Amino acid sequence: MFEPKIIAFFCKWCAGAAADLAGVSRLTYSPNVIPIIVPCTGRIEPRIIIEAFLNGADGVLIGGCHTPNDCHYMAGNFKAFKRVHLLKKMLPQFGIEPERIRIEWISATEAQKLVKVIDEFTSTIRKLGPLMR
Amino acid sequence: MGEPRIGVFICHCGRNIAGTVDVEKVAKEVAKIPGVVHVETYVYMCSDPGQKLIIKAIKDKKLNAVIVAACSPSLHYETFSRVVESAGLNKYRFEMANIREHCSWVHLDREKATEKAIRIISAAVAKVAGNKPLVPIKAKVVRKCLIIGGGIAGITAALDIANAGIPVVLVEKSPTIGGKMAMLSETFPTLDCAQCILTPKMAEVARHPNIKLLTLSEVIDVEGYVGNFKVKILKHPRKVNPDLCRLCGLCEKVCPVKVPNEFDRGLSVRKAIYIPFPQAVPSSYAIDERYCKKCGACAKVCPTKAINLDEKEEIIEEEVGAIIVATGYDLYPGTKLSEYGYGVYEDVIDSLQFERLLSAGGPTKGQILRPSDGKPVKRIVFIQCAGSRDENHLRYCSKICCMYTAKHALLFKERVPDGDVTVFYIDIRAAGKGYEEFVKRVQEEFQVNYIRGKVSKVYRDVNGDMVVIGVDTLSGQKIIVKADLVVLALGMVPQLDRELAAKLKVPLDENGFAQEVHPKLRPVECSSSGVFICGAIQGPKDISETVVQASAAAAKVIELLSKDYIVHEPMIAEVDENLCNGCRICIAVCPYGAIEMVEGKAKVNEILCEGCGACVAACPARAIQLRNYTDEQLLNMIKAVLRGAT
Repeated sequence: MFEPKIIAFFCKWCAGAAADLAGVSRLTYSPNVIPIIVPCTGRIEPRIIIEAFLNGADGVLIGGCHTPNDCHYMAGNFKAFKRVHLLKKMLPQFGIEPERIRIEWISATEAQKLVKVIDEFTSTIRKLGPLMR
Repeated sequence: MGEPRIGVFICHCGRNIAGTVDVEKVAKEVAKIPGVVHVETYVYMCSDPGQKLIIKAIKDKKLNAVIVAACSPSLHYETFSRVVESAGLNKYRFEMANIREHCSWVHLDREKATEKAIRIISAAVAKVAGNKPLVPIKAKVVRKCLIIGGGIAGITAALDIANAGIPVVLVEKSPTIGGKMAMLSETFPTLDCAQCILTPKMAEVARHPNIKLLTLSEVIDVEGYVGNFKVKILKHPRKVNPDLCRLCGLCEKVCPVKVPNEFDRGLSVRKAIYIPFPQAVPSSYAIDERYCKKCGACAKVCPTKAINLDEKEEIIEEEVGAIIVATGYDLYPGTKLSEYGYGVYEDVIDSLQFERLLSAGGPTKGQILRPSDGKPVKRIVFIQCAGSRDENHLRYCSKICCMYTAKHALLFKERVPDGDVTVFYIDIRAAGKGYEEFVKRVQEEFQVNYIRGKVSKVYRDVNGDMVVIGVDTLSGQKIIVKADLVVLALGMVPQLDRELAAKLKVPLDENGFAQEVHPKLRPVECSSSGVFICGAIQGPKDISETVVQASAAAAKVIELLSKDYIVHEPMIAEVDENLCNGCRICIAVCPYGAIEMVEGKAKVNEILCEGCGACVAACPARAIQLRNYTDEQLLNMIKAVLRGAT
């Protein structure tokens, strides 16, 4: 079976904390997703996501704080959302399916949601197959 | 710093990690990463022997960077950074790799978990290799606080801070402190007399050695940042020396200029020289520049020569470390509700005007008389949600109107026991200690007629009665009530000038209320560090909540100003001046106003920057980097995670 490589950029305040909680709660999820903790999803620019694809990622997951008010830095989540939205429109021009990026708002208490998102996304990428470079 | 000499310390965490992750295999693989010169595993790295093992290795192997692969940094980052520091290494050359919560605890497959752990550690190694040794940023703090607004919020905060030994500058635009609360008759739900509980606090402000009170003053300019604000205050002339004024009132008698009295909301007249109310603080008359004809009559009669008609305005400069914005609220303009006839009929009044009618110190000495003809009021109608919860006016609930209308109804019935009271409401919102009980008491004990429904029209009939037409939405019946007086429970609107808000960098929400950083966890802080908010400027609230919030803001200020220096994390944004093209995009995206242009180049204020990285992502020239989280580091982390993937 194809084992996709997925990078997850989680902000340290919400999605990153949810990943901690998932651990403490001993939930299980697909090991294909490797988390990189960033201060804020607003730190993620399209170039970084493209670099992840270029370096071998089959999918990129971004997890941040809920809109509108949860962002620790007020509106970093909105900035990330806008950038991802535009990038998704652009990706087909490079032959990359837009489904290979997913952005989700996951609060520090939503470990169950984190698990669901990771497992769903892994299965989406598994169905899409390896990203041809 | 030289070549990286990275040590990786992998924790078994008993069986918590080692039960799922093959720690020895991880150690073997991690040792192959370039730059890693030492790898060690231990059963409990956080224990004393574990900590000693790290210190020994740092010294023996001359390590210049350290990774601890163990639990979540939220648990033991502080523990290990202290360990690293005690071995003489800069703590910013240390990172944790979370292979427990993010790996061993969430996976069952030993082989896959082991591989994931290696990738997580590889990313941490890639990051730490690029980490620079940093020192926390320190800045001096001016131990003084500016408070804008002298209502109950500003008064409470000023007293709390001043009592903690910190000097306060309290700026109030009107001639007296006291704010809206001073206008109230009694307060719900305890029916304490507002003046009785407020005026002692006002007097305390006046005589407090740590409080500098500036009335008739407004803040016109704010520069600087947390700990170091420079503020310009415009002080309008009072033209009466408060130290000499004996409140004899002779000046008021001879003054020929009559104007509507704002304190009674136009229900009485005052002179151009006046004292808003007898207990005003400072305890002194003031001349209203807008109306004074400079005839000099007052100056002639003043027995203490307190009056100086030539007094000019002055600009006062203050340096402060923190600012509290407590500018409060105003009532929604009743004239915008044309169907209720406010401003057309004298006998349609607003809730604060009714407070003045109830007040023993008010225009009618506490008797409820019609403004139009001075006849005693027997029938009264209260219209709740006048302007609030209305798509055409204020969408939000003003929160206090249900309670103060119930209070008004009760106080009216106490004064006029045979009077008829009708209250039109949409919903009764009486959440609060003793609030529901209070409303129930008014409805049952005082037999106030509550009608659920909206009023469509208010007019005066040929007999001079006010006619209120509405609908009872519970029965579907049209309701017509005749009344002597109609009182509108007008909503609360914020009272903060947009220009001043911009100077203070206080963000305003869609309704113009000051926006807090986080509604639950940081309710009195503003995004611009060192600026705090409390009271009705943050959102509609009653006196109890205002006082709680004012004390909260005071506590935050005391926390900030109790230290000589502010210490700030150094992981912040940094501009490469050679790359910056001065496009200003970073200024637009920074949520903290931490970036300014200096000679055409962006410059980050080290104290204000919180290190979110929004500017880094937005900079088209890649001229901004986050210290110890640069693009290069992030890219190397991505490559490390994906090693062998392509």
